Amino acid sequence: MTQQPIPNGGAAAAILAAGVGCFALAVLAVAGDASKAIAHRLTFYVPTGPLSGVTTLAMVVWLAAWMLGHWLWRSQTIAIRRAALASLVLLILGFLLTFPPFEDLLLRK
Amino acid sequence: MQLTARELATAIHGMLFGGLFLMACFGALALLVRSQMAPSASESSEAVHRWDRAYLIVMVLLGWGAVLSGTWLVYPWYRAAVPAGVANLAGYPQRLLLSSPGTRGWHELGMEWKEHVAWFAPILMTMVAWVLIRYRKSIDEHRKVRATVMAFAGAALLAAGIAGVFGAFLNKKAPVDGGRVLTLRSGT
Repeated sequence: MTQQPIPNGGAAAAILAAGVGCFALAVLAVAGDASKAIAHRLTFYVPTGPLSGVTTLAMVVWLAAWMLGHWLWRSQTIAIRRAALASLVLLILGFLLTFPPFEDLLLRK
Repeated sequence: MQLTARELATAIHGMLFGGLFLMACFGALALLVRSQMAPSASESSEAVHRWDRAYLIVMVLLGWGAVLSGTWLVYPWYRAAVPAGVANLAGYPQRLLLSSPGTRGWHELGMEWKEHVAWFAPILMTMVAWVLIRYRKSIDEHRKVRATVMAFAGAALLAAGIAGVFGAFLNKKAPVDGGRVLTLRSGT
């Protein structure tokens, strides 16, 4: 008797959530650099500064996206290419937004 | 033979956690490339699966160890404010780098990018490890999943590489130093 392969929905959720988490971190980092008020709000731990809030909130977004996606897709077979492409685009945007020269260009520093 | 507590913490962050994580990422990527070319995962023994699982979990823990120790322990020493009246910036790496046009870029490009992009690596490798462990027996049937995971492992290696290279140079240009002096071996 051959075993049925596990539906790929769980993998799709994990892949997409990773892209969402990286993108969220990049957006929060840019927001913190763009506004002193946001930077102040992102300072959860004074010695680390806004980076403490940026990383903590990004982890919350990543894990929430993962849990939600897993709950929705765990028993489904998903078009993995779409989830992978969306995640890849978010990841590339994340790399770009965290790259200081690009961020400076965006914020017209 | 002495070193300071901050030097030791920085070495643990960069060399133990960061360095081993970077090597483990490369190892995981190499295994993924090999399995893509010659699929045989479902035929592997239970002992091999247990080993792979332990390897992936340790790799992920090293990645999280690197970013957590970096952000919450080493980074505050790096960006410490200079008290009024202090002229020697040796104990204040960020201020030291920003004080000269020749070193400014190491903070403005190096640290500014590293402090954020480093976090991508454990996020991505946690996903990679989870997918490989969960789908270990059926990964051959999910070739697109494996190819995607391989691409993201490559991205994680890139992120960890950027963080590692800049971290090494930053610590050469403006080392994080200070704190309690630890004597490893008494001089004669």
